[in-house]
Amino acid sequence: MSHGNRMCARFSLAFAALLFSSVFSIAAPREAGPVILIQNATILTVTHGTLEHGSILIKDGKIAEVGPAIKAPKDAKVIDAAGQFVMPGIIDCHSHIAVEGGINEGSISVSSIANIAEVLDSDDINIYRDLAGGVTTANILHGSANAIGGQTIVIKLRWGQPASKLPFEGALPGIKFALGENPKRSNFSLPGQPKRYPSTRMGVEETIRGAFTEGRDYKNSWDTYNKRVAAGEKNLIPPRRDLRLEPLVEVLEGKRYVHSHCYREDEILMLLRVAKEFGFKVRTFQHVLEGYKVADELAAAGVGASTFSDWWAYKVEAYEAIPYNAAVMTRRGVVVSINSDDAEEATHLNQEAAKTIKYGGLTHDEALKLVTLNAAIQLGIDKRVGSIDVGKDADLVIYNHDPLSAYAVAQKTIVDGRVLFDRDKDIAERAALEKEKKDLLEKQKKAAEKKPDEKKPDEKKPETKKPDDKPKPPSDAARRDGGEEMVDSLAGGAQ
Amino acid sequence: MRSVLERIGFSSLIGLIASASLLVAAPSCFAQGGEPQYFAIRSARVVPVSGPPMEDATIVVARGVIVAVAKDATIPADAWVIEGKGLTVYPGLLDALTDVGLPPPPPPPAAEGTPRRIGEAPRGPEDRPNSTPWRSSADELSLSDKRIETWRSAGFTTVVSAPKPGFFPGQATVLDLAGERPGDLVVKSPVAIPVSIRPISGFGSGFPDSLMGVLGYEHQVWLDTEWLTKAEAAYEKNPKGIARPRFDRTSAALADALEDHALVLLSGNTALDIRRALELTDHWKVNAAIYGGQAGYEVAPEIGAKKVAVLVDLKWPEKEKDSDPEDFGSLRTLRFRDRAPSTPAAFAKAGVKFAFYSGAITNPKDILKAVKKSIDAGLAPDAALRALTLSPAEIYGVSDRLGSIEKGKIANLVITDGDLFNEKTKMKYVFVDGRRFEIREIERPKDPPKGDITGKWRLSYTSPEGPEESTADLTMSSDGTITGTLTSKRGTATILSGYLSTDRFNFIINIPIGPSFADVTFNGTFDGTSLKGSISVQGFSIDFTGTKPTNSSSLGKLAGAYRGSYYEGDAR
Repeated sequence: MSHGNRMCARFSLAFAALLFSSVFSIAAPREAGPVILIQNATILTVTHGTLEHGSILIKDGKIAEVGPAIKAPKDAKVIDAAGQFVMPGIIDCHSHIAVEGGINEGSISVSSIANIAEVLDSDDINIYRDLAGGVTTANILHGSANAIGGQTIVIKLRWGQPASKLPFEGALPGIKFALGENPKRSNFSLPGQPKRYPSTRMGVEETIRGAFTEGRDYKNSWDTYNKRVAAGEKNLIPPRRDLRLEPLVEVLEGKRYVHSHCYREDEILMLLRVAKEFGFKVRTFQHVLEGYKVADELAAAGVGASTFSDWWAYKVEAYEAIPYNAAVMTRRGVVVSINSDDAEEATHLNQEAAKTIKYGGLTHDEALKLVTLNAAIQLGIDKRVGSIDVGKDADLVIYNHDPLSAYAVAQKTIVDGRVLFDRDKDIAERAALEKEKKDLLEKQKKAAEKKPDEKKPDEKKPETKKPDDKPKPPSDAARRDGGEEMVDSLAGGAQ
Repeated sequence: MRSVLERIGFSSLIGLIASASLLVAAPSCFAQGGEPQYFAIRSARVVPVSGPPMEDATIVVARGVIVAVAKDATIPADAWVIEGKGLTVYPGLLDALTDVGLPPPPPPPAAEGTPRRIGEAPRGPEDRPNSTPWRSSADELSLSDKRIETWRSAGFTTVVSAPKPGFFPGQATVLDLAGERPGDLVVKSPVAIPVSIRPISGFGSGFPDSLMGVLGYEHQVWLDTEWLTKAEAAYEKNPKGIARPRFDRTSAALADALEDHALVLLSGNTALDIRRALELTDHWKVNAAIYGGQAGYEVAPEIGAKKVAVLVDLKWPEKEKDSDPEDFGSLRTLRFRDRAPSTPAAFAKAGVKFAFYSGAITNPKDILKAVKKSIDAGLAPDAALRALTLSPAEIYGVSDRLGSIEKGKIANLVITDGDLFNEKTKMKYVFVDGRRFEIREIERPKDPPKGDITGKWRLSYTSPEGPEESTADLTMSSDGTITGTLTSKRGTATILSGYLSTDRFNFIINIPIGPSFADVTFNGTFDGTSLKGSISVQGFSIDFTGTKPTNSSSLGKLAGAYRGSYYEGDAR
């Protein structure tokens, strides 16, 4: 079988940029946004304190100016935020929203062939709901069913834009790892399914080590091939491209972040050892509920920790958690964030961060950083977002109270200088949407009702009119008891 | 063979069939219905689609091909002439994606509840899960698929049939819906490779069990296809010292299909899906079309800019039957249901090439009704007609042979008594490959029925081959209309038309006699417990009796008595 050069030509360009294109090149330049001036606000910059009665000028989607009193340029849309608080848009370092068709490729223990970037669901209503909770950026992760899970991506919550416009331009893609009970599947089994390897923590370690050994060999085979081509050798068969191993090579080359789900100290240290052995870095440990036990090791390894505020004991490996985790790790020099792992939890991450003031005594700014700047650092996007600084993306939330207060409700959420959530507007639009829904419902109900009517004469299958069935006048007694059918069937049985 | 038979007149053929005996398969070498291969449709309104409609025009068909379309075309002396006054001739309709003509897919190998053996579940892309791109629908055709006839009777002369299911289920074929052998149906194969991105089984059932897993798998398959092509070329050039590339049936079949210019069909029904499909066509660098397309009203300009054709699913979204009556879906769902039929109009406006396909529609008569919905939502009727004829032919690369009424093209025609999209219009004839098929209306009972004929009847009669029995499974509705099937040793036929009017019954089946189908009419009287009457076919008739085997003792005895009388009295 030889398929000629035409086939080769057709394919030659096809995959040159397949892997990266979905992550990097699809984000088209956006048109300039409106000029907005936010006035009279309490500005929580996160990096340089709080500014009372301050203004923020937004131009071209960026923060153009921050100061005590900025004169509104011509054509600027002015938002009077008197008595209100502005903070940087919240960054959720562990989210599973906006994904179509399942967040787990759970069939295999190394599912790195799957890429979340390809199944982003820009229509997921959770994008809007999370915006309403002040979230502007989210790290969309594969699930934790596998020792090495799928490829992950950071998105901005650009509600209303197509999926290709969601990825955070320039943010390094990631890959999900998972340690402990989920990848070894001790919490569930599927009836009729064989148990998938691994089923112990030892096996999880072996799976990761095995995959990276393969990845290293794969990288070597390409390096060797490229050298031989460079040396002028002809008629070489290139190594077969392997989409499962390519992301692992990117991890080895530092082009892809590792975000690893974990709970226990032993597994945390295990992954640090494996990473050292293969020469890659773990970017963040996720959940990391026992992180407080190994905070020094985390800090020394320069690994970020993204944890829950006070959610624990939902399974054995989560028993040793304490609400002081974030504060303890912060005090020991770890870059810590608090994440949601859940669409609803994401709508009040500001309050989750506030709990660290009670549990561990973090300062106001330290608490805010847990859901803004620190998450940005962990995701490598802190030059763009995470604080209110001139030149950064205009990703902002306006709250009616201090965002760390239990009374705080987001009023407006701005992404790239565009107001994508406006509480007043949302409330104002509800009646019209309700009406539209009601009208459509009526229209469709009517259409659905019309159909069976048309067919009625044909559909009356004379099931009860078998030739041996004589119509029986139902007795009054049977009617009273509601036992008409039973009387009939008894009569039939007696025949 | 044909040339000899063409010279035999119609009447002599009937004689031939009759002498070959009633209800017995004759040598299968005749033209449809024993008719000649030359036809002329005279003085009809002709809508060629490739050009403006012509009034009072004549079409001449010879041996399956249109040989003339003109106002004053010469009618050959030996042609059958159909008076076209008051009739309109359209090109045969084309269902752009279906599985008509294919046997139903086999049930999934692992039944529910049975434990899967270790190693049975696919564990990675190398196991090529749910991929059979080497399967060609041309190889799997089944003439016993009733839909060949029902689709044809609804005006569809041509379908594009694709195997199901799977991520790479196989190769689609253009089929004309008439023929004596499966091969007769094939117009072109392969024309397309459908690709599905939907996971087939759920979480934990083996690779891949998620949408992103399927996509990763499919990327890998296309990469492997590219690699195998290159590797084999290099190996052929100089095999010495090179590890032999492993043969892979999936990649080999895909490479061959692409070599044959097969179109890759990508699923995409929501805006999200459609946009993803557009990206996939770029990633895979394949010549692709999208199927589904119902939310196209949201993304029509984007599709137009990419110049990707869309096959529009005519099974418009609606609330599922038997679903929760209180759950009418979100506003988004309601909007989608409301606006989906406006998609074709949006495509026409944005310059998107599109064609219609029947999708999950099971009754072919609903196909044109669904098209009508898109006309009501703003699509020009001539654009709708094009999407059922020439456009799909162009999309699949067969517009050089069908899709319009033009000299030299295959004689696939639909003849109606009015505008195709008018609900009152009746189809009179369908021509497939120049074979004539007459479309009949179901007869309605005149008077209300006396008694109920519903049930399984054993019919007994004596054919020229000897005594025979068959089973009629009849269902009568309250107005006397009879539906059901008739099963004999030759197979099962569906009742096309039937009724009980007072005590008189009449029902018609259409069965293969020789190379074509012929009507077999059963009529007689129903006395409440038995049937008595005659079976007529092409001018010949025999008597039959019908009894109803039943568990009821009295009726059983009665049936036995009748059976006895049959053997004594009717054994002529």
